[in-house]
Amino acid sequence: MKYELVAGFETHVELQTNTKIFCSCTTKFGGDPNTHCCPVCIGLPGTLPKLNERVVEYAIMAGLATNCEIAEIAKMDRKNYCYPDLPKAYQISQYDKPLCEHGYIQLSNGRKIRILRIHIEEDAGKLIHNHGDTYVDYNRGGVPLIEIVTEPDFRSIDEAKEYVEKLQQTMRYIGISDCRMQEGSMRCDVNISVRPEGSEKLGTRTEIKNMNSITNIAKAMDYEYERQVDLIESGGEVVQETLRYDDATGTTSSMRSKEDAHDYRYFREPDLVTINVPRERVKEIQARLPELPEKKYARYTEEYGIPEKDAAQLTKYRSISEYFDKASEGLKSPKTASNFIIGQIFRRLETEADKEALDIKTSAEQLGELCKLLESGKLKNNLAKKALDQMLDSGKPVTEFVSESDMAGLDDATLTEYCNNAINAMKNAVEDYKSGKEKALMAVLGNVMKQSRGRADAPSVIKKLKELIG
Amino acid sequence: MGQIKRIHEMLVNKEITCVELTQQYLDAIENSNKELNAYITVTPEVALEQAKKVDEKIAAGEEIGMLEGIPMTLKDNISTKGIDTTCASKILTGYKPIYDATVYELLQKEGVVMLGKTNMDEFAMGSSCETSYYGGAKNPHSLDHVSGGSSGGVASAVGGNLAVYGLGSDTGGSIRQPASFCGIVGLKPTYGAVSRFGLIAYASSFDQIGPITHDVEDAAIVFDAIAKYDERDSTSQGSEPTLPTLKDDIKGKKIGIANQYLDGVREDVKQAVLDAAKAYEEMGAEIVYFDFPELKFALPCYYILAMAEASSNLGRYDGIRYGYKAEHYNGTHDMICRTRSEGFGKEVQRRILMGTYVLSAGYYDAYYKKAVNLRGAIVEAFDRAFELCDVILAPTAPVTAFKNGYLFSEETDQLEAYLSDICTVPVNAAGLPGVSIPCGVDEEGLPIGMQLIGKKFDEKTILNLAYRYEQKEDKFIETKWGVKL
Repeated sequence: MKYELVAGFETHVELQTNTKIFCSCTTKFGGDPNTHCCPVCIGLPGTLPKLNERVVEYAIMAGLATNCEIAEIAKMDRKNYCYPDLPKAYQISQYDKPLCEHGYIQLSNGRKIRILRIHIEEDAGKLIHNHGDTYVDYNRGGVPLIEIVTEPDFRSIDEAKEYVEKLQQTMRYIGISDCRMQEGSMRCDVNISVRPEGSEKLGTRTEIKNMNSITNIAKAMDYEYERQVDLIESGGEVVQETLRYDDATGTTSSMRSKEDAHDYRYFREPDLVTINVPRERVKEIQARLPELPEKKYARYTEEYGIPEKDAAQLTKYRSISEYFDKASEGLKSPKTASNFIIGQIFRRLETEADKEALDIKTSAEQLGELCKLLESGKLKNNLAKKALDQMLDSGKPVTEFVSESDMAGLDDATLTEYCNNAINAMKNAVEDYKSGKEKALMAVLGNVMKQSRGRADAPSVIKKLKELIG
Repeated sequence: MGQIKRIHEMLVNKEITCVELTQQYLDAIENSNKELNAYITVTPEVALEQAKKVDEKIAAGEEIGMLEGIPMTLKDNISTKGIDTTCASKILTGYKPIYDATVYELLQKEGVVMLGKTNMDEFAMGSSCETSYYGGAKNPHSLDHVSGGSSGGVASAVGGNLAVYGLGSDTGGSIRQPASFCGIVGLKPTYGAVSRFGLIAYASSFDQIGPITHDVEDAAIVFDAIAKYDERDSTSQGSEPTLPTLKDDIKGKKIGIANQYLDGVREDVKQAVLDAAKAYEEMGAEIVYFDFPELKFALPCYYILAMAEASSNLGRYDGIRYGYKAEHYNGTHDMICRTRSEGFGKEVQRRILMGTYVLSAGYYDAYYKKAVNLRGAIVEAFDRAFELCDVILAPTAPVTAFKNGYLFSEETDQLEAYLSDICTVPVNAAGLPGVSIPCGVDEEGLPIGMQLIGKKFDEKTILNLAYRYEQKEDKFIETKWGVKL
């Protein structure tokens, strides 16, 4: 029998606000243990939380970017559980009135992954185990998070991978998180079950935690899918439980069973007031939202005729797409700029992080200038390429590297002179050409190009050579 | 003239220096605290240092504020930087906050002299001060009787002249009831009038800090100084000053009496309240009787919600960061369990367990959710009542001060013990202001208290009415303790 995979995601994304969600401590990653703390975020008796308005704004941005409805009235709740990294023994979160609900993210296969809700909450501290002792670092405690919960809409691991990539891309675009899975600023939990293909009934699900890369998510899902199928095939039953993924072995193991599941005893956080989100505020936030990658992709492929593969690369990071948008302003064919970016510029940016940082010396305006010269025919392609390399090395504008005469092209007399020189210098090649080897002419062309330092236009040279050789 | 004003004038007229005054109080505490047990921590260095500054100002010919140099005390659940703040619990043994509560900050700006931290029921859970890890504070009118609770220490200190005034906290009556038992004035402000920042939480949606004083004018002076908006407390709003209208005429004011508020109240207490109503009529106020059937819901509603919130608020005491930690344990989980079992007293454990229960899956709807709805009904009932009257007059407690040990004796039903809060908790459930003032004395010479309940943020009206009654009837009885000026 064939089994279908069914999965849903719960993703925690750390928000890049300057200060924590309920106090004015910094949210910077790292730092000496317990140095980014104050009485509020270590939950000293008598302290009270004060909601950071920026957190609400960022969550609304996330909601709008994933097609959610934004609540007019939301509230905060306490999620009670006892663990040493949680200094108040409750996490301030949102239970039944989240900020955002009913959104979706559309995948390239056309399927929509429904977003059930996005809510805001505080992060916990970290336990550090050292030589048999356990220490607590509360620096991360109170760092703002959003939790994005999907419906169980995933039917394949590829869909899951694409969703996580898209989510990362979107959150980075709107500038609310760096979404670094390795650093924990994006953390995914996956609910997964299997069912016989064609069945409508959901199987018993397990939840996998502790995956710190997209590759690991895929591996863990793959392993868990196989495990559940094997279990059912051999007459067993899937048990509802929470699993931990072990990167080293590529397997999952049980963290806690359903019986051990927490009763979080949610209730309204009495120390915080109702969150009111007037519609004007939503509109104002919507207006400030940058153009999202999907829209950009559509514009690039449909309006500009940029190949899909290139458009995907251009839209992967907001930095690149904005660079491209600026460079291609006023161009007849934005493709010209796209080709330079994906070719010459990307060659200099080895890693994904380099690409995202886009730390290059040439400004988008400078690239645009180069593209315009190329489009107007004043500059030949090979010269332009050479100039761009020099521009990228120095940060200087294109005019520094191409002279008036470069841009003026060659007059007929000079072209004739160069062609005659070449014919005289490369007699063998000319003979070969004459005897029918068409390709031999290319060598002669090369000689002309060399003499002209690239200013010559290849088709004109070939035409002239053919005339002269007869 | 109020006591604060009188002492203020003594300081200004140089009849006494602030250091002398402070030393008198410190000596009185030294002499009497063994018996009254009002203070948990006395802070002579802090007080004398603060007093010296006031004297320097006076000597330099500078003007001093009304509260400047007036020796006072704070309930031991109000955080004071570097000074033990125990909530009268073993679990907070040795805990010294690293920050000051907003109210203490405000008073320090006023030039306060802080004598020490006063006794209370453990985590403010109790009505007699007897759940204190340090033993209960005694009633200055009779050592055989309790001071009331939970702010029993403040009431005992102020009633026993071991402080001019104090700040307590009121979650279900914890300012008004001990003030009533000790024959003094206690104001529970509107929820949100005074910042809770630094007040160690019992039940966050009920807790409110307020003054316990000798007289109504003192209460008004202290309230006006602390009822300020505080950006660190999202539920704080501040309130209108009460002093400008304190002495206004009360002719034509409508005073409501709910029949249900007098049900089950001891006869002499009931009579004292009705006598007070008569006094008001003589002053030109109008008495309006009305029905308040929702009143009977207030007690279960209060206990369910307060315990639920407490179970969450008290989760943080795990021995990891501060306070008491079990000596012997086996791993983190065991350490937390033992710390809590050894560190919390019986009443606190009982309320944490019940609070956890009412929030648990499967019971939430039956208890917590219902109580939330009841709370809404009580708020609406008060709204309706205030369409008929400006303030509500009621007893503060159905009885006078309990005998020591009465609430926890084998014969006393615990449920009945909780019933003694029946008159005070409705005010907390609705977040209203209420002031308790003495209105008589029982056969044993113990004070009887009545309370005036006002609309939200209308402290000025209840204090105005309380002041006029006090001026006319003056039921205050001096005790034998402490400083006599």
